[in-house]
Amino acid sequence: MKILALDSSGLVASVAVAEDDTLLAEYTVNYKKTHSQTLLPMLDEIARMIELDLNTIDAIAVAGGPGSFTGLRIGAATAKGLGLALGKPLIKVPTVDGLAYNFYGSNRIICPMMDARRNQVYTGIYTFMNGDFQIIEPQMAAAVAEIAGKLNALGREVIFLGDGVPVYREMLKELVTVPYQFAPAHLNRQRASAIAALAMEYARAGKFETAEEHRPEYLRMSQAERERAARRQAAGQ
Amino acid sequence: MNEKDILILAVESSCDETAAAVVRNGREVLSNIISSQIELHKLYGGVVPEIASRKHIEKINQVIREALETAAVTLDDLDAVAVTYGPGLVGALLVGVAEAKAISYAKKLPLVGVHHIEGHISANYIENKELEPPFLCLVVSGGHTHLVMVKDYGVYEILGRTRDDAAGEAFDKVARAIGLGYPGGPKIDKLSAEGNPEAIRFPKAKIPDAPYDFSFSGLKSAVLNYLNGCRMKGEEIVPADVAASFQKAVVDVLVEHAILAAKELGTDKLAIAGGVASNGTLRRTMEKACAREGIAFYHPSPILCTDNAAMIGAAAYYEFRNGVRHGLDLNAVPNLKLGER
Repeated sequence: MKILALDSSGLVASVAVAEDDTLLAEYTVNYKKTHSQTLLPMLDEIARMIELDLNTIDAIAVAGGPGSFTGLRIGAATAKGLGLALGKPLIKVPTVDGLAYNFYGSNRIICPMMDARRNQVYTGIYTFMNGDFQIIEPQMAAAVAEIAGKLNALGREVIFLGDGVPVYREMLKELVTVPYQFAPAHLNRQRASAIAALAMEYARAGKFETAEEHRPEYLRMSQAERERAARRQAAGQ
Repeated sequence: MNEKDILILAVESSCDETAAAVVRNGREVLSNIISSQIELHKLYGGVVPEIASRKHIEKINQVIREALETAAVTLDDLDAVAVTYGPGLVGALLVGVAEAKAISYAKKLPLVGVHHIEGHISANYIENKELEPPFLCLVVSGGHTHLVMVKDYGVYEILGRTRDDAAGEAFDKVARAIGLGYPGGPKIDKLSAEGNPEAIRFPKAKIPDAPYDFSFSGLKSAVLNYLNGCRMKGEEIVPADVAASFQKAVVDVLVEHAILAAKELGTDKLAIAGGVASNGTLRRTMEKACAREGIAFYHPSPILCTDNAAMIGAAAYYEFRNGVRHGLDLNAVPNLKLGER
């Protein structure tokens, strides 16, 4: 099983090619958010280095949200275009699950958090038990205080990662009462290799989708929809 | 198929239409698939960029598949992939750009980025096989009002532009003010048929020292002031008369400026393009004025006036022939200038 993986959900742009339990190439850039200009040239670069024939790929995995709306769509449209042109299926990996997979095998509590603005983070709670990936709280948009409350209630040691950490570090120090660490540089951001590795599990479970049906999971309505829903609710009461 | 035929898949997602088309040699449309989101945006009284972008992602592969199927071609038959990369809504443009780049990369096809307005102008080539540059083109849509000299394929000179609102924007705003809703252009056009265009005298703005430029914000304000005045004085408002009189004021200015430019530049070919180019009054008035001046008048069918990908394929063909190729780093440029390379 050869998988091409993309993650452009946040500040990081990352592409990887993995075959079964071997990572053939990965290219990750965390420098300015110009994914529209960089993502495909990055793929082209690693494809040339590993002499990749795109037609030998079995599936295209993509971080399927949540994340930056525009970033998600750049990844989605790239994956959908590749899928359409190559006639290959897609594998949609939840972005926060993909981040948690950076800590494969850890028996600590894994808590990724991405800055979602409006005083929220995209987050979730995960761990591994006997090597199996456990989703304790599936990915969600939540206030930092809410997720801190859930972590405190679990009463176990936590590892934090994601681009929400530098934004909310002080708040976490204040709110979290269980022991915790912040992940180091090589593990604390989106990695397409983690998307590829988790996508292998999805592939084994037959969890594919067509390029045509793929769409990102935003976990949030657009502002216009939110305001319209609020107006309708106010008018109905 | 002829040995030298050039077959282009074109993608357009700059606003609220997700579109794909297959065009042969720039002028023969093999398919032209448009998925409109207009019903969705009516709920909000205008295009909501984030909703438009989300819809594009949902529809784009289906629209491209239908375009290929209708044209009875596969990606392997193509010579190039074309895509609108500006101007437009950045989030909406990015969907088409990322998709087209991925297809071009995976199939090793040349990529041609196209200017949306150059696409609108090129829509005229599709049904007017004899039309060739140089010609004058009036581009009127919800976002643009330009008087453009098409000097050659891919060579444009802007003679005049709006100083404030686009013509289509003025239609939308006036439509809202008289309770017609979104989109304003077709609704005003329809209602005007029942009204008297001479009922109310609205101002026609002229810009000193810039005879080809336009201004519609003063006209829009005059309509709003007229409506307020009627309401304060308790006078009856006849929406059909307001619509017809407003429309006449817009159309008269558009036609006068275009004819003036055609005469002064000595061109005998005048085309219109863009969403407002399907306005019935504009077409009839321009046609009469052109006939009077001995100018050949060209306009696309309504389906080619609206945002579509066939026009992008038409423009892309001439760009392709001129050697224009874009790289995998092509980005959306929301304020891309006409004629910019």
